[in-house]
Amino acid sequence: MLDELRDLYQEVILDHGKSPRNFRTLENATCMAHGNNPICGDMLVVYLTLDDDGRLADVAFQGQGCAISVASASMMTEILKGKTRDEAKRLYKGFHDMCTKNGFDVSELGDFDEDAIDRLKMLSGVREFPIRVKCATLAWHTMQAAVDGEENISTE
Amino acid sequence: MNKASTAVDLAQQAAAGDNSTAAYDIERIRADFPILKQKVYGKPLVYLDNGASAQKPRQVLDAMNEAYETYYSNVHRGVHWTSQTSTEAFEESRKKVAAFLNAVSENEIIFTRGATEAINLVAASWGGANLNPGDEVILSHMEHHSNIVPWQILRQQKGIELKIVPIDDDGNFLFDEYQKMLSEKTKMVAVTHVSNALGTIVPVVDVIRLAHDKGALVLLDGCQAVPHMAVDVQALDADFYVFSGHKLYGPTAIGVLWGREDLLNAMPPYQSGGDMISSVTFEKTTFKKSPHRFEAGTPAITEAIGLGAAIDYVGAVGLGNISAHEQGVLQYASERLQAVEGLRIIGQAREKASIISFVIDGIHAHDLGTFVDRAGVAVRVGHHCAQPMMERYGIAATARASFGLYNTREEVDVLTDALNQAKEFFG
Repeated sequence: MLDELRDLYQEVILDHGKSPRNFRTLENATCMAHGNNPICGDMLVVYLTLDDDGRLADVAFQGQGCAISVASASMMTEILKGKTRDEAKRLYKGFHDMCTKNGFDVSELGDFDEDAIDRLKMLSGVREFPIRVKCATLAWHTMQAAVDGEENISTE
Repeated sequence: MNKASTAVDLAQQAAAGDNSTAAYDIERIRADFPILKQKVYGKPLVYLDNGASAQKPRQVLDAMNEAYETYYSNVHRGVHWTSQTSTEAFEESRKKVAAFLNAVSENEIIFTRGATEAINLVAASWGGANLNPGDEVILSHMEHHSNIVPWQILRQQKGIELKIVPIDDDGNFLFDEYQKMLSEKTKMVAVTHVSNALGTIVPVVDVIRLAHDKGALVLLDGCQAVPHMAVDVQALDADFYVFSGHKLYGPTAIGVLWGREDLLNAMPPYQSGGDMISSVTFEKTTFKKSPHRFEAGTPAITEAIGLGAAIDYVGAVGLGNISAHEQGVLQYASERLQAVEGLRIIGQAREKASIISFVIDGIHAHDLGTFVDRAGVAVRVGHHCAQPMMERYGIAATARASFGLYNTREEVDVLTDALNQAKEFFG
């Protein structure tokens, strides 16, 4: 029992869940969006600062949720910093597929740093816990909405 | 058609309390529920989500199968044997529901899709015909969304006001506040009999008495009450009472609206179509009386028959016995859970049904739910469709263990052990 649970709740995930990184508001954010999962009451706000080259100079979030959704948001902020808007969207799409499709080929993600890929792989352990996929993807949906200029999104 | 005979034997032996005594033969009751033999992740299923939906005894499954396999047809229509037999079984279930609630007549029993539809029916039909701008409807702070939203829609349509009776920190219905809210403007008091998220038993007898003093009607949401206690709508002096079949060990897609016959016959139809009319010409249609006025179209026939079997089953075990057993499990669970470090029970009203909502410091309810699931334990996590109540306590989610007639103290131990493991795991 504990082995399967450790596949989902790996040390890194528990750590980010307890001590989320970039857990703050961005006063000078260029984009932001609210995300909520009405089924469980999780609520996140994702803040982004885009620089002149269309890169995510800073990414932060606030809110409350379970260990999975908070860890995913926290790890996302670290993964996305320095990425371009298009790269962020590609990572979102790739992560979503990793969480929902069996046998997803990581090379489809394109050329990303190993650290980012490893973290996404870790989070995509939720694939074995289908009811928790929305917890892992909430922050990413919200980030996508922020980049696209939508203010409120909801995953159901 | 009634296969509840094993439970009848049980009822003779059943007595109060501890599942370890021979009097309430818990093993025989558990043997009636095939799913309780199921293993999940290699562990025995510990089903503690009865507040969301209860499991079904063999007697209910058999009654529904027998209907499909031997006499199924549409009701109230055919001259043939199957239709007559189905109609008799369907109407027999209505009589069982009437007896279950101690209704004056089976004409007061309307089969609906569930409690949600029953409340929507009253709000739309009675509310639509009788409420005017400025009239007030009183709800409580611990209502399920299904007893909030239909009245909000009516507020938009009719310009009525909604008043909300507050609760205290323990989840008690604040009766004095309720009393102050009542006035000549109050036309309806729609409150839960038992809170789905807190377990609070609302003092409905006094709620009804005071409402009637002001000339207001009272609708009770009995979803979480009927599985746990005997309900007598005449003794309560209620006006409307609703419940769903699937929380009473019956099937889904069947629920009940009970209403006083004079009220029902004065109400306009909710939906319209076949089986609810006396005559139809293109100039004018006249409607049947209750219950058929409110049962347009082909009803959930087999589900109604299954609900009848569930009522037989619960009746044979005896609601007094069930209540005594569940209260024993509730008390045991409250003690065991409270001993878990950092665990806080949300809802400690003076009178409770066998429902415990709780939170644990530093662990989100969702993570708890996933963790105990792997130990085979099914609990509900989230806001329990009672978001205003959750907001009252400043929490987004709780875990909820809700106990039914087949749950045991040993199952409480499994839950408690899993929670202690979770404490260690999430540390």
